[in-house]
Order: sequence, then C-alpha cells, then structure tokens
Amino acid sequence: MEFGLWQVWEAGWVTAILRGASITILVGLASMAAGLVIGIVCGLIKWARIFPLSLLVDAYTSLVRGVPELLIIYLLFFSSVEFVTKVVTAFGYAGVAESGYAFVIAVIAIGAISGAYSTEVVRGALGAIPDGHIEAARALGLSGARIFRRIVAPQMLRIAVPGINNVWQTTIKDTALVSVVGLQELMRISFIGANSTRHPFIFYLIAAVVYLAITLVSQGGFDGIERLLRLRTRKTV
Amino acid sequence: MIDLIQLAVPVLLKGLWVTAALTFISVLIGFNLGLGLALMRLSSSWLLSGFAKYYSTVFRGTPLLVQIFLFYYGLGQLSLIKDNAALWWVISDGSRCAVLALALNTAAYTSEIMRGGLMSVPAGLIEAAQACGMSRVLRFRRIEFPLAIRQALPAYGNELILVVKGTSLASTITVLEITGYAKRLMSQTFAIFEIFAIAGILYLVINLVLIAVIRSIERFLMRMRRDPAMGRAPRARTNP
Repeated sequence: MEFGLWQVWEAGWVTAILRGASITILVGLASMAAGLVIGIVCGLIKWARIFPLSLLVDAYTSLVRGVPELLIIYLLFFSSVEFVTKVVTAFGYAGVAESGYAFVIAVIAIGAISGAYSTEVVRGALGAIPDGHIEAARALGLSGARIFRRIVAPQMLRIAVPGINNVWQTTIKDTALVSVVGLQELMRISFIGANSTRHPFIFYLIAAVVYLAITLVSQGGFDGIERLLRLRTRKTV
Repeated sequence: MIDLIQLAVPVLLKGLWVTAALTFISVLIGFNLGLGLALMRLSSSWLLSGFAKYYSTVFRGTPLLVQIFLFYYGLGQLSLIKDNAALWWVISDGSRCAVLALALNTAAYTSEIMRGGLMSVPAGLIEAAQACGMSRVLRFRRIEFPLAIRQALPAYGNELILVVKGTSLASTITVLEITGYAKRLMSQTFAIFEIFAIAGILYLVINLVLIAVIRSIERFLMRMRRDPAMGRAPRARTNP
C-alpha cells in the first residue's frame, strides 16, 4: 500500500477526480470557443490588414505568445479579484463568488491565450486560400458577404483544422495552470488529494493519465474530422 | 511610479538570470536528448522507435505543470529514488527538478521537430555519402545533421520560446525566477499591472534575443544560398 491506491479509492477521491476532469473539459471547451471567436475576428483583421486594428491585433498576439501563460493568469486574477469581490458582496452573493468567479476568470484568461494562437492559425488558413478563387467569385459578381460565406469561410475552416487541433491540445493543457489560483479542476483536485492523503505520486500520476486520455481522445476526434473534410478529388477518366 | 520601478526592476532582474539559467540548461540537455529520441524514432528497431513514440506521446499529451509536480512532489515519495543519492540530489531541489522536467518535456517536442528535419534529407544525398564510403557517424555529422537542422531551425525557434515560457512554472515549486518574483511583488505592492508590464518586457526581451540568435544561426547555415559569390567558387563576372 505504499502508493496509496487504497486511499484514493476509499475516501471517494475517484468521484472528485472525475468532477475535476469534467470541469477541466468544461473550461477547455468554453475557452476554446471564446478563443475561436477571438481568433476568427482577429485573424480576419490581420488577413485583410484593416489598418489601425491590425496593429492592435499584432500587439495582442505577440504579447500573449511571448509572455508566460502563468503571468497572464496572475494579472487577470489579481487585478480583478478585489473589484469582483466588492461588486458581488454588495449584491449579497458572496457564496457565488467562490465558485462561479474563478471559472469565469479562468475562461477569460485561457480564452485570451487560446485566441492569440487561433488568430495565427486563422490568418495562415486565410492566406492559403488561392487568390484566384476570390477573384473568380468577384468576377461572377458575388457580394462581399456572399464571397465570405460561400468561398472563404468553407476553405478556411478546412485548412485550419490541423492548426485548430494543435491550439485545442495546448488549451486543454493550459487549463492546468488555472489551478494555481484555486479553480477546482483536475489539477487542483489532485493537489488537494496529494496534500491531504500524503500520497502525491499516485494523485499526480492519475492526473497525468486523465490528461493523456483527454488529449488522445480529442486527437482521435480531430483525425476523424480531418478524414471527413479531406478534399475529394474528382477522378478524371 | 519611480519608487515602484526602483523596487521592482532589480528584483525582477535577479529573476531574469534564474530564468535564463533554467532555459539554457534545460535546452542544452533537452536538445541532445531530443536528437537522440529522433534517431531512435527513425531507427529500424521496433523497440527503440516504439519507446521514442510513446515517450513523445506521453510528454506532449500531459501538461508541463503535472510533470513538474509529479517529479517534485511525487518521485520523492518512492523509496527507490530516496535511497539513490544521485537521483535524490536532483529531485530534492526545486530548480534542479524544474530543469529535469523542462528538459524531458522539451526533448519530446524537439524529437518531433528533428524527426521532421531528418526525414526531409533527400535519400540521394545519403546514398551518395554511402557510396563515398563515409561511416555512419561521419555521414550523420557531415550530411544528415547539418541538412536536418537547417530544415528544423524555424520550428525549433518556436520551441525555444515555449521553453522560456515553461520556466515560469518553476515558480510553482518554490523557484524564484521572473514569474515567482513578479507574483510576490504583486501581492506586496498591489501594483499588479505595472509589475506585469515590467516582467512581460523582460520575457519579451529574452524572446527577442533568442529569435535574433536563431536568425543569425539560420543565416550562417544558409550562407551558401544567400550569397553565391562567397565560398571557393570563382566569382562570376556579370556583364550587363
């Protein structure tokens, strides 16, 4: 019983870990969704070189991609914690602040990080669309919105899938970082379990296995999507 | 504001050296390990290539924070490690442990990057080297490695920046580097944004230096392509 497997089972840690894992996935999905929205908007701005905005986007992506994620998380948490606690207590929801607030800030922080990487992926995918396609659409007299919807967006999505896969894998791993500010996701639960049972090895090993399972399953999912979207080349007889 | 800068900058600069040292040692170990893993991955032995493949999957599939915690808190629990003086020396200290985790982590990413580079070396060049009677080692040193690194360098530059960012996680296991000091200063002074800005600038400076280094290595490796007039070939005279 050196490893403490029994303690993990006995004290109901399994359900705690599963709950933590579901929160990890939830934070990951919410941040990824937020990041994709940021990424598509900023990617379009960068691609179309809309002048003053593209400078802002450049500053945002190079800052977020050059500075450690942990530092960004500290910035967002510490700078907002006082403000939010004050507001929430004023409205008499001090209890809600404990659980909901950490989640919201976590999604904002990880979403901002994931958004910077998504921006680059989207811009790269937009750049890979042949100019001829857009010129041809223009020559057919399609409107700008329609060109985007029928020509640009579908191709961009297909080209961006492998990049989005990478961003997702990074995002789900980055969610582990918000544990340092107290959101009870997988890493935090493992930390609490390791400290209270004094069996850190088994708890962090379980955490590693769960993260690995999440990344491997999502890798499989993305492989499937890529297969589905693969260009069906017309056979010439 | 001036007071704050006077207070924060020397502290954060102290952290800068720790960050730089962590990065340098981890990259030094991680690059060699990664190169070895890439060679293992490409070897014809299924045992070696299988090991390299699983190694890279495991280390790339789990967060660096989990790896650091597992090494720092977890391994110390095992009597196998506690009783081994050398291993215990590595595990017992936060910064050595962080270097271990970072090196093993970057080795996994490096192995994928170098594998791509090695696979891009044209088979004809390797065959030509074989035909010249070069030994395996000489062939690797003179033909495969230089061509592979040239191909892999831009991607490896990105990986270096990820290592710099990864060193910030060492602050979670008591190592005081830039992020560790920044967190401490944030809770002491409450000047959160200003401290973030100074620490962020330091990280950006490290990254810019690294990018410049990589660029100059790239230029050095590409020197024959950039300037065909250089080298031993006689200068071609152009008559307009």
